[in-house]
Amino acid sequence: MSIFNAGYDQAHFFDEMFGPGGEFRPHYRRLAERLETLSEAEFNHRRAAVDLAFLRRGVTFTVYDNTEGTERIFPFDLIPRIIPADEWARIEAGLVQRLTALNLFLHDVYHEQKILKDKVVPAAQIFSAKHFRREFMNFSAPRNIYVHMCGTDLIRDHDGQYLVLEDNLRCPSGASYMIENRAAMRRAFPNLFHSYRVRPVESYAEELLKSLRYIAPDRGERPNVVLLTPGVYNSAYFEHTFLARQMGIPIVEGRDLVVRDARVFMRTTAGLVPVDVIYRRIDDDFLDPEVFRSDSMLGVPGLVGAYRAGNVALANPIGTGVADDKVIYAYVPRIIKYYLDQEPILPNVNTYLASEPSDRKFILENIARLVVKSANEAGGYGMLIGPAASAEEVADFRAKVAAQPRNFIAQDPIQLSRSPTWCDRGLEGRHIDLRPYILHGEKIVVTPGGLTRVALRRGSLVVNSSQGGGSKDTWVLQGDV
Amino acid sequence: MPPVAKPPLPPARAGLMLSRVAHSLYWMSLYIERAENVARLLDVNLQFLLDFQGLNDQLLEEHWGSILASSGGEEQFEALYEAADSQSVTEFLAFDPRNPNSILSCVFAARENARMIRDQISSEMWETINELYLFLKARNALEVWAAGPYEFFQQVKRYSHLFQGLTDATYSRSEGWEFIQLGKLIERADKTTRILDVKYHILLPSASDVGGAVDTAQWHAVLRSASALDAYRRYYVHEILPWKVADFLIFSDSFPRSLHYCVSQLAGFVNRILGETSATPRTAAARAARELLADLQSLTIADVLEKGLHEFLIEVQDSLDGIGDEVVQTTMFYPVESGPEEHQQQQQQQ
Repeated sequence: MSIFNAGYDQAHFFDEMFGPGGEFRPHYRRLAERLETLSEAEFNHRRAAVDLAFLRRGVTFTVYDNTEGTERIFPFDLIPRIIPADEWARIEAGLVQRLTALNLFLHDVYHEQKILKDKVVPAAQIFSAKHFRREFMNFSAPRNIYVHMCGTDLIRDHDGQYLVLEDNLRCPSGASYMIENRAAMRRAFPNLFHSYRVRPVESYAEELLKSLRYIAPDRGERPNVVLLTPGVYNSAYFEHTFLARQMGIPIVEGRDLVVRDARVFMRTTAGLVPVDVIYRRIDDDFLDPEVFRSDSMLGVPGLVGAYRAGNVALANPIGTGVADDKVIYAYVPRIIKYYLDQEPILPNVNTYLASEPSDRKFILENIARLVVKSANEAGGYGMLIGPAASAEEVADFRAKVAAQPRNFIAQDPIQLSRSPTWCDRGLEGRHIDLRPYILHGEKIVVTPGGLTRVALRRGSLVVNSSQGGGSKDTWVLQGDV
Repeated sequence: MPPVAKPPLPPARAGLMLSRVAHSLYWMSLYIERAENVARLLDVNLQFLLDFQGLNDQLLEEHWGSILASSGGEEQFEALYEAADSQSVTEFLAFDPRNPNSILSCVFAARENARMIRDQISSEMWETINELYLFLKARNALEVWAAGPYEFFQQVKRYSHLFQGLTDATYSRSEGWEFIQLGKLIERADKTTRILDVKYHILLPSASDVGGAVDTAQWHAVLRSASALDAYRRYYVHEILPWKVADFLIFSDSFPRSLHYCVSQLAGFVNRILGETSATPRTAAARAARELLADLQSLTIADVLEKGLHEFLIEVQDSLDGIGDEVVQTTMFYPVESGPEEHQQQQQQQ
């Protein structure tokens, strides 16, 4: 019995694999033919082999329950998500456009603030943003790049149109799973890659290293680049070690670094060795206890001073978080127009700002139909999905929004596209999103692919790994199908 | 603060090793070796009891008491368990997470250290430690007991051998290698002293009349606890004599678990790690290692027995402890701090 025999229900959603009449979309046809030759038993056998490989290799993330962290594998679904070349070309152009504009915006916000003076973005929204760092006014990030690595979350609506859901400009995670997922698929279906021309994602680490070296202070020698991790207990620790190993750079904790005369050194068995570039996977707040949170034991005293003196580069720089504030997100289409005089190639989801009186009124009246998000939370926390929430939760959020309007936005609920996903009783449609990874060094590079996250719970729209999400390999095709 | 590395700067990353990484390599390797040693000790002694079913309760207690003493957990065991028998000792030494030297605790500690530096070790090394950990986590004492513990201990030892073999085959001969070897050798030498120490009373002059089948079997067990039976037989074909066993495990210059061999190897690694190139040692660790090696090269088993085997072994243990601590201190360019606090571990992920 083939795995497609179970009777697949597309319902009324946009389905990645099946067209409106239930036929395979052209770019999925060959995959479907291959899958049809597999019995359910064979398919399950391959699934089990992939899961076991992830567990053995320790490709895990840590979930914090109440007290102790547990390691889990990130559930992986064997049905890939496939993106045809023309579709990808548009996504890529849209992401490059967006990052170019955000970079100009960040430079402006920390210098002349023309966009505020022209009242395109209200100054109050910037000054009240949690991640705006006024200490860094008039400081220029090395090479004037404010976002070196960015993970932008895209979704598709019921017509299949790609929309930007949010930008992650601080320490976006997941790139390691993009690469590990590809490796898992190659092991599970080695022959499939011959017949499909799938663009490789493995160059991500090399490009990342290039973009990090690009911002090193010029000392006429090869720069020392390190990855700064909060440590082994961080939920993304696997990714930190994975990327460090792929790039061949040391992974350091705050206690491995020391600052002397405004220069950063690492403590090695042979003494102190200078550090030129830090790929930090620690939020601004924890970087330097002398400047930010004084109780931070993850950071390095004096690091910010060394950064200011231009003796060490940080990626991403301090203060980029102001542009991934969900309130600022609502202004990105206007930001693109302002700096580039272009229409956004990838539109935003329609967004209401609780800080604007007319929007606030609308939100409070319609909250049960909307998705409400806190301005600075990530990981699927601090949000309300109105249509799925209880009366109590709705009332709770209504009170919160009324009390702290600057901290909330609301969006029309989007019926995310679905992809066939293996569930207990065969293939069922599950909602997915897409996080491509964009690097900005000498030029902007978008890795062809990304992390497709899938909400494994039936009907759920939340794809985050901390909330029952899984992932799929993402195939961007080269040329025609 | 140690001096800043003077110009010319080392070429980028050549031979560069974070102190923290070096120490994690050391502990990872030491804990794997310890897990293997505990597994072998348990295996051999359970086997031994099968061969001598007729032992009375007091002898049994004594037997397990000496095993517990050699693993350093006697007091903790007494606080946690009622009586020392095969099952309770297996539980304590193999699975009890409260015992920091149980197989489970050792493997857990080895894995935590490996996890902290998994970018620094080969994927093969990491996957082997991780598999061993998953293997242990999926089992408990009762099941192992029901299925026959032999296969279980065999598996733990195999994982350790696989790990050490993979380390040999996939890890560069760098400074990290020296730390890995040092951790393994210090633990190995220490365990050999403890295995011998368990039986030292048999070599006391007043007890020279002790003998008989059980004692011979016990010395058999001692040799097997150190994987030394086959090697011993190649040297002393006929019989297993207590003083010859001691002589072999202390002074053999070619058996890889003898004190002499371990110390001669580890002295070399201590010299390389600490940059001790001249005839006069500069550091206390190098001096201690050379002293210990000189003793093992010049003393005889008669000297040791005259001094007292137990006293000699305790001195060697202290010396090994001192060397390990000293190397770690000397190469540590950071103060020991407590781990990051809970809320900081949970900083937001994008």
